[in-house]
Amino acid sequence: MAAVEAQVHPPVVEEGVAARILRVVAKAPVHLVLVVVGLLWLAPTLGLFFTSLLSPADISADGWWQIFSKPSLSTFGSYRALFDNNAIMSSLLTTTYIAIGGTVLPIFIGALAGYAFAWLDFPGRDWLFIGVIALLVVPLQMALIPIFSLYNQTGLFDTVLGLVLFHTAFGLPFAIFLLRNFFIGIPKDILESARIDGASELRIFVRLILPLGVPAIASLAIFQFLWTWNDLLVALTYGRDTRPLTVAIFSQLSEFGSNVELIAPASFVSLVIPLTVFFAFQRYFVQGLLAGSVK
Amino acid sequence: MRAHGVAAAFLAPALVVLAVWIVYPTIRTIARSFFDREGSDFVGIDNYKALFTTDLLVTAIKNNAIWVGVVPALVTAIGLIFAVLTERVRWSVAFKTAVFMPMAISLLAAGVIWRLMYLQDPDQGAVNALLASAKGVVSPAGALSAAEPSTPALTGTPGRGLVLQRPLERGAVARLGLTAIPPAEVPGGAAQAVDPKPVEDGITGVVWRDFKPGGGTPGRVETQELGLPGVKVELRDPGGQSVASTTTGADGTFAFEDVEEGQYRAAIGPSTFAKPFGGVSWLGARLITPSVIIAYIWVWAGFAMVVIAAGLAAIPRDVLEAARTDGGTEWQVFRRVTVPLLAPVLSVVFITMLINVLKVFDIVIAVAPGSTQAEANVIALAMWRTSFGGVNDFGLGSAIAVFLFVLVLPVLLLNVRRFKREV
Repeated sequence: MAAVEAQVHPPVVEEGVAARILRVVAKAPVHLVLVVVGLLWLAPTLGLFFTSLLSPADISADGWWQIFSKPSLSTFGSYRALFDNNAIMSSLLTTTYIAIGGTVLPIFIGALAGYAFAWLDFPGRDWLFIGVIALLVVPLQMALIPIFSLYNQTGLFDTVLGLVLFHTAFGLPFAIFLLRNFFIGIPKDILESARIDGASELRIFVRLILPLGVPAIASLAIFQFLWTWNDLLVALTYGRDTRPLTVAIFSQLSEFGSNVELIAPASFVSLVIPLTVFFAFQRYFVQGLLAGSVK
Repeated sequence: MRAHGVAAAFLAPALVVLAVWIVYPTIRTIARSFFDREGSDFVGIDNYKALFTTDLLVTAIKNNAIWVGVVPALVTAIGLIFAVLTERVRWSVAFKTAVFMPMAISLLAAGVIWRLMYLQDPDQGAVNALLASAKGVVSPAGALSAAEPSTPALTGTPGRGLVLQRPLERGAVARLGLTAIPPAEVPGGAAQAVDPKPVEDGITGVVWRDFKPGGGTPGRVETQELGLPGVKVELRDPGGQSVASTTTGADGTFAFEDVEEGQYRAAIGPSTFAKPFGGVSWLGARLITPSVIIAYIWVWAGFAMVVIAAGLAAIPRDVLEAARTDGGTEWQVFRRVTVPLLAPVLSVVFITMLINVLKVFDIVIAVAPGSTQAEANVIALAMWRTSFGGVNDFGLGSAIAVFLFVLVLPVLLLNVRRFKREV
């Protein structure tokens, strides 16, 4: 096939074109497989989006793919209803509070500790750090029951603060681990000269370490944000009226068939924000992932 | 001394939070697991006995074993394949983004997404729609899926086909009356049935809906009775072999022309009555765990791909080139050079997935409907349902949590060992 086509061209070009066609043809199966798999991977999310664009009557009439043949069926009616739904909107706000608190607090506390582990001298430092590493894989199920009793006694049950503190605790080991490893790579002379100039440790931390640590802090922030925004388990356990979006959607799932016109747009709203964060900061996300897993 | 004070001030917030929210609860949970549901009576290892004897919990442990056996290996393998394939194309970023994207969304949203995919009605669920169109090519649904003979002259069952018992010769008219066809099942374009005229050298006939509102005579073509178009009619010889076949018209009539001398029987084959594809029950008791696992792999394959691709990029090109120059085929280079060099990365992905799978919770509770959650049960879900999902047995719940903790303990020790060497 490639040879036949190549013969039409003048002899000088012949080799180049033939080789190129041959190369493309040889790779065609790889391209084909990747295109098919890529589309397969996208289809489920697109399915949710298209479902959210259909009216309840159209959803029950046919699958979401009807929108390909009848694009005019798409409507933002379900989204309008969603934004008029006070319960859902207050859930969206609750999710935002939890995600912001659950991101800022562990990073700040973790950065303080990470700096101490990296650059301050104190007895038992290495043992304490190994202790933190040991906490990395403790399943949060180990804390659910005692913290439930603790929250009931202290009034933290069903509060945003209670959820934020829980996320802070279970985000901390990774935050300390990642930031300590990053801070330790900061050139020693920068710190030494600041100390000689008489800067306090707090000043060094705020003026030097935090700005230099931005890349690590950014990837950590993305992880924590996605983790807290997407959490279901913790909020389901410690929230009653404090309901983030995930819990609000979850409570509708038992009537999946009849609530699809609420579940689909609400799910899409809940995933569009982490997805935006992900696309905007993809580079940091991947960096954090690699720092966390490949050592 | 002052320096130590500064260090303590930097560490204090973190240590307090870790002590109150992780260390203290861990100790409390271990202690609590030896007490009864109220926490008043010491029960020894009774909760652990219950863990391995209660049907619901045994199912959870078995299912989690399936997860552990299947998911880490599969996710690592898929990640490796994707990473190697994307290295060969220029638009790899687009592919990687598509596969990696589910990592950003919540497992709950992923659960909603897959519930939509798994809906049983092929007109609603995409997975079954895909299967239905594949099956439509292999064995399409018949024109009529519900029908019965209107008179005893027609024998057999819809599953095996219906045969008109009366032998037919040239010039005969075959009347194949059917009933029990709901109006919605009448094929589109059906017209008033016509009683065909006999022809000299052939056999004619009619297949019609032998039902007249208000009552009629079975076996006779009457007004208001519809012909059934699109039905495949066979002409069989005395041995039962099909010698000719034809399809009915809008008025239900059919005709076999130039039929040789002899006796024949008219029959409607079973394909006419083949039921349309009803859809696989993905969320039913039998398939629920594989269904949830597919959704979970959809989420995590991107993670494996990205980490392995980074490892692949770190392999020195000249090592691979040298292997190729030495005459190794692509497969040999991959098998003997690439994979061994990637082994550390592959094991990191595998272990990460192992921990994730042991703790799997959200995706199961989101994909499995209430009716099959017991069949889909896993350890983390069992722990939550036992402690907070209505049973409220904190003793047994604690024991399940400790069991989970013991399972991840080897990984904890592995981490500690590795860093003891480093610091």
